[in-house]
Amino acid sequence: MSSTPTRETARRAFAVEFNDMGYTFKESEEEMAPNYALMPTGERANRVFLVGTLTETEDVGDDAEYWRGRVVDPTGTFFVYAGQYQPDPAAVLRDVEPPEYVAVVGKPGTYETDDGTVNVSVRPESISVVDAATRDRWVAETAERTIERVRAFNEEGNEYAAMAREEYGDNVDRYRREVISALESLDDTEPEPEPEPEPSA
Amino acid sequence: MASDLRTHAEEIHEQFSDHVDVEVDDVHERLESLVEDYRVPVDEARRSVTNHYLDESDLEREEMAAGAGNEHVEAAEIDEPEQWVDLTAKVVELWEARSDAVAQVGLLGDETGTVKFTAWAKSDPPTLEEGAVYELGNLVTDEYEGRFSVKINSTSTVREVDREMEVGDDSVEIEGALVAVQSGSGLIKRCPEEDCTRVLDNGRCSEHGDVEGEFDLRIKGVVDDGHEVHEVILDREATEELTDTSLAEAKDMAMDALDTEVVAEEMKADVLGWYYRVRGPTFRRYVLAETIERLDGPVDTESTLVKARSI
Repeated sequence: MSSTPTRETARRAFAVEFNDMGYTFKESEEEMAPNYALMPTGERANRVFLVGTLTETEDVGDDAEYWRGRVVDPTGTFFVYAGQYQPDPAAVLRDVEPPEYVAVVGKPGTYETDDGTVNVSVRPESISVVDAATRDRWVAETAERTIERVRAFNEEGNEYAAMAREEYGDNVDRYRREVISALESLDDTEPEPEPEPEPSA
Repeated sequence: MASDLRTHAEEIHEQFSDHVDVEVDDVHERLESLVEDYRVPVDEARRSVTNHYLDESDLEREEMAAGAGNEHVEAAEIDEPEQWVDLTAKVVELWEARSDAVAQVGLLGDETGTVKFTAWAKSDPPTLEEGAVYELGNLVTDEYEGRFSVKINSTSTVREVDREMEVGDDSVEIEGALVAVQSGSGLIKRCPEEDCTRVLDNGRCSEHGDVEGEFDLRIKGVVDDGHEVHEVILDREATEELTDTSLAEAKDMAMDALDTEVVAEEMKADVLGWYYRVRGPTFRRYVLAETIERLDGPVDTESTLVKARSI
């Protein structure tokens, strides 16, 4: 009941769901009202947190630098774009040598291509280099959050699920199946090999 | 929803049935109008309707409460404002009252935790002694910025009891990813005036003006688990431990770079995006980190898998 503006929660979604969340909306007419992307499993996202493997970076800008990073999770690829207004994340994309595990905090953004498809990307607030254990923890956490949303999808009064059903349809089972294979992929992961001992001189 | 309102209506009705001639349906109608037509949250609607009948019945709140028989609560349970409660607690600390309207202000505690108390001067309350344990009757709870307190009012009873009491801590434990490091983190300067530890903004203290600040380290961070967002404050000790950087080293870094910001930048690169478990008491909207540990062990995915397969 307090009117203190609260910070938006960073939602967890696998790439396969994130890239489907092309519908955006505002909750009020006010100029500064936050933008939300609608998640197909029935939640609104103003901010996301993701951890994956940065596989490729490229400066796709014309005049000014505009960096694109591909961040891969067990289900697909997140596209992360950082330019002059995101100087710290842009510097990370410029400096890091892929592949590397990265954690990204950012805002979902959409743009429409010439052929009318809506692409969803991440405008980062921060990008940082993390490790394999953190990435695995994120996969487990994101699986749990996704399953929670799928379970609540048919609950009465779930406002964003109703909205999602209208915008995207009600096939949330594909996200459930992706969760299962993502978790199974964790179990397959061999422990990281010990570094080769330095040859003694 | 509808049946919840009915329950609320029946409870309110019961509260007033001896004093006011009113039907449950009337109470229900008032509640329903507020909740459904005016989109008022149920708690607020309930308070508003209760107040309406209080006015109508000319009942003093105090009378109502005294008659109702209060719940005897523990400090950590207090999570709702405007409740009439009894509490047995030790006076942990007395603070300086900032206003003449306040007779005493301080911290009460029992085995479960602590809660702030205020005794109003106009209710002429007995003076509480630090370290003593009291049975306090007829207190009213209050809330400010998410922190709950109790007020000693003119109907409250205060009885000292001869017993020892261990005061528990009301620490919380949270887990999540550190998704932001806020401004005011890293190498900061604090006001050196006695009892003033305000963080300086461009060499200025908001209370004492331009002062020669004293260096300190801290991190104001945001821990987010995908459900809830917690702001955490790490003091110098916790910051030094987490970042493996001492205050002296941080000063050297800033000196070399001719910029104090470099310390916060370095810390951000070290801590952002990792998962942590933080433990400590809460203050306003902050968790004051007493311990913070990085979560880098293996994770258990079994229960999520079972859930996913059973849908």
